[in-house]
Amino acid sequence: MQLASFDFQQNHFDLFGLAQSFRIDVAQLEQQYHALQTLVHPDKSAHLPDAEQRLAMQRATLVNEAYQTLRNPLCRARYLLSLHGVDIQEENNTLMPPDFLLAQMEWREAVSEARQARDAAALDGLEARLQRETRELESRLAVKIDTEKNYAAAAELARKLRFMEKLAEEIHAAYDAID
Amino acid sequence: MALLQISEPGLSTLPHQHRLAVGIDLGTTNSLVATVRNGISVVLNNESGGTILPSVVRYLADGSVVVGEAAQAMQNEDAANTIVSVKRFMGRGLKDVGEINRLPYRFVGAPSSSVTPGGLPGGMVQIRTVAGVKSPVEVSAEILRVLRNSAETALGGELVGAVITVPAYFDDAQRQATKDAARLAGLNVLRLLNEPTAAAIAYGLDNAAEGVYAVYDLGGGTFDISILRLSRGVFEVLSTNGDSALGGDDFDQRIHCWLLEKNHLSALSPRDTRLLLTHARAAKEQLTDHSETHITAMLSTGEVIDNVLTRSEFHAMSQNLVQRTLQPLRRALRDAKLNVEDIKGVVLVGGATRMPQVKHAVKEFFGQMPLTNLDPDKVVALGAAIQANLLAGNRSDDDWLLLDVIPLSLGIETMGGLVEKIIPRNSTIPTARAQEFTTFKDGQTAMSIHVVQGERELVSDCRSLAKFELRGIPAMVAGAARIRVTFQVDADGLLNVSAREMSKGIEAAITVKPSYGLSDAEITHMLQDSSQHAQDDMQARALREQQTEAEQLLEAVQHALEQDGDLLDQAGRARIETQMAALRNTLQLADHLAIKRAIAALNDATVSFAQARMDKSVAGVLAGRKISELETK
Repeated sequence: MQLASFDFQQNHFDLFGLAQSFRIDVAQLEQQYHALQTLVHPDKSAHLPDAEQRLAMQRATLVNEAYQTLRNPLCRARYLLSLHGVDIQEENNTLMPPDFLLAQMEWREAVSEARQARDAAALDGLEARLQRETRELESRLAVKIDTEKNYAAAAELARKLRFMEKLAEEIHAAYDAID
Repeated sequence: MALLQISEPGLSTLPHQHRLAVGIDLGTTNSLVATVRNGISVVLNNESGGTILPSVVRYLADGSVVVGEAAQAMQNEDAANTIVSVKRFMGRGLKDVGEINRLPYRFVGAPSSSVTPGGLPGGMVQIRTVAGVKSPVEVSAEILRVLRNSAETALGGELVGAVITVPAYFDDAQRQATKDAARLAGLNVLRLLNEPTAAAIAYGLDNAAEGVYAVYDLGGGTFDISILRLSRGVFEVLSTNGDSALGGDDFDQRIHCWLLEKNHLSALSPRDTRLLLTHARAAKEQLTDHSETHITAMLSTGEVIDNVLTRSEFHAMSQNLVQRTLQPLRRALRDAKLNVEDIKGVVLVGGATRMPQVKHAVKEFFGQMPLTNLDPDKVVALGAAIQANLLAGNRSDDDWLLLDVIPLSLGIETMGGLVEKIIPRNSTIPTARAQEFTTFKDGQTAMSIHVVQGERELVSDCRSLAKFELRGIPAMVAGAARIRVTFQVDADGLLNVSAREMSKGIEAAITVKPSYGLSDAEITHMLQDSSQHAQDDMQARALREQQTEAEQLLEAVQHALEQDGDLLDQAGRARIETQMAALRNTLQLADHLAIKRAIAALNDATVSFAQARMDKSVAGVLAGRKISELETK
C-alpha cells in the first residue's frame, strides 16, 4: 500500500486486507498490523514538516484503533454487527435470560469471596473457568455471525460476552487488590 | 562553493550529508549523551573528558551556573544551592516530595501565575536558591544545555534534534516537564522515549533478539518494568509498570536514616544532611563488592560519625524497597497476559541493579539469570541515539519499528468525584478517544473537563493533569448542545485535547490549566530569562558553525586542486593558496565574523577555477561516449 492512497474511510477489515467475518486469522492480522505501522508510524516521518507528522499521527492512531477493534473478540463482534446495521445495545438492553443473570450473580460472589479471602488460587480457578466459557461463547458467536448470519441472535451473544469481559476485569482488579 | 562540489558521476567529493542527532539519558543521578557514528551507537565525551555527567546543578550568587562534577564536588558545602536528583521533582507538587525535611533545599510552592484548578494542591514544586527561585524544569534545562554543547562540540555542528529518555512510568505532567526543559535548553525534541524501551532497542538490535523480554530498570530515582515482544524488527511493548518515586536514592536514604539512629542525631543542617547522604551512597556502592564498609565523617558540629555497616544489615534495611519492585513485575505480567515462563530474557538497566540483593531478587522472580552483557549505565543513552538517528531521517540498513504504550490510564472526572476511564493503560500509542458531552443548563456556553491519570476510581486518588475550559458553546436549551471532545495521545505519550460542538460545528476554545506543569507564558518568560545564556550560546554556536564550514571548504578546495590543479595558471593557483592560508589563520581566532569573511574571500578566489572544472567535467562525460550514442539519446 502506498501512503498517499491511505484511506481514512475504509473499514477495518479492508484496512488489513481481511475477509469480513468473525473468525479471523490472528497471526495474519498481527502481520498486517506490523506492516501497516511500519509504513505510517510517526517515527517514520519525524524529520518531515509538522503537517506530515500530524497526518502520520492520525494514520497511526487509526491503525491502532482498527487493530485493537479486530483483535478483541467482543469489539470485533460489536464492529462487525454495526457494519450489518445492528447495534448490540449493551448499555440500554439489559433484558437477559434469568438463568444467565443468576449465573452472573454467582460469578460475582465467587470473585468477591476470593478477593476478601485474598485467595489467589481461587482466582486462578475462576479465571480458567471464565476463559473456557468465554471461548465457548465466542465459537457460538462465530456460528451465528459467519454461518447463520443471524445478527439478532448474535447481538444477544455479544451482550453476554460483554458480561464475561466485565467479570474478567473484576478478576484482574481482584488480583491487583490482593497483591 | 556549489560549483566546486561537482564530482564524477556516482562519486561524491564530500561525505553524504549526515543529520546530527543525539540520544540523551536525562537521569536522576547521571546524564549521558550518545550518537550514531558510522552506524555504531557511541556515548560522547563531555568537556571534562568523561562520558557521564552527574545530574547536579549548582547556582551561584552572581547568577552563574555550574553543572556536573564541579557542582557535585560542592554538594556538601553548598547543599542548599546545589540541586541533586532534580528529576524526582519534575512535574511534582510539594506534597508529592515526601522527604522534604530530609532534603537540604528551601522548597517553595508554585508561582502565583500558575493558578491551580479549584481545590487542587499547588503546582510544580520550586527551589529557592541564591540565584533566585528555580523550577525543576529550569534546573533540568541546565543539564541538557551542557549535554547539547558537548555534543555539538564533539560532532562539529548544530543538532537537528534529540531523543530524550523518560521513565516508562512517568505520567503526563512529568513528560511535559521534561519536554519543556529540552525546549528551554534549545533542543528540538524528536521524541520522548521510554527508558526501558531504549534499553530494549540497544539490546535487541545488538543481539538480534527474538521473543518476549522483560526490562527491569532501577535508576537513581525511578523504577520501571517493561515487557516487550521482539519479532522481525518490531519492538512491541506489551505492558509497562513501575514506581516513579523509587530508586537508588531510597537505598541511600535507608542508610542515612540508619546513621541518624545509630548516632542519635536529629535536625541536621543542609550541609550535614548532604554529607551523610553522600557517605550513604558511597557505602551502598562499596557493599556491592564488599561484605562490609566503614563510614566515617565529621559533621559541622564537630561530631564524628564512625560506623561499620555490613552487607547483611544493608540487605535487611532495604529488603522492603526490593520487594516494592516485585508488585509492578506481577502486574506487568498480568497486563501482558503472560506467565514468568514466557519471558525469554531479562535485561537489567540502571546503576541500582548493580546491588547484589536486587540482582538476586530479579533472578529469583524470573527463575533465570538476568542478562548482563550490557553496561546498565549506558544502554539507555545508546538506544536513544539509535532511535534519534532513525527519526532524524538518516538511512540505516536495518529497518525496525517501535510500538510503545501509555503507562497509566487517562480519565475524566464525573459526578461525585468518580473517574471515567477514557484511555486504558498499556494502550499502544498514538491513540485517541472521542467522547460526547452535553450542557445541563439552558443557555450554557462553557464547561470544564478535569482530566486525571491513574488506575483508581476516585479522582482524589488519581493524579490531576489539567482542567480544560471549553468556551464559545452556542447557547441552546439544556442537553441540546453536543460537544465532542477528542483526547489524543501522541507518540511521546503526551495528551492533547480538542473540542467541537457537533450540532452547529463550532470549534470550542480550550484553555488549559495544567495542575503541575508550566503554562506557555511561564516557558516564554523563562526563555527570556535565559536569553543572556542564549546569547553566549549563540556566539559559541556561530563560531563552531563557521569553523566547520571553513574546514569543509578547505578540504573541498584542496581536493579540487589535487584533482584539477592543471586547469590553473600559476597566478590563479597562488591566489587560491593565499586565501586558503588566510582562512587557516583565522581558524586560530575565536572570531566567527573573521572566519566568515575569509570563507567569502576564498569562495571569490575559486570562482573561475570552479567554472573551469565544470567545463572539464562536462567535456569529460562527452569525451567518454561515442557520437552515435549521443545522437540517439
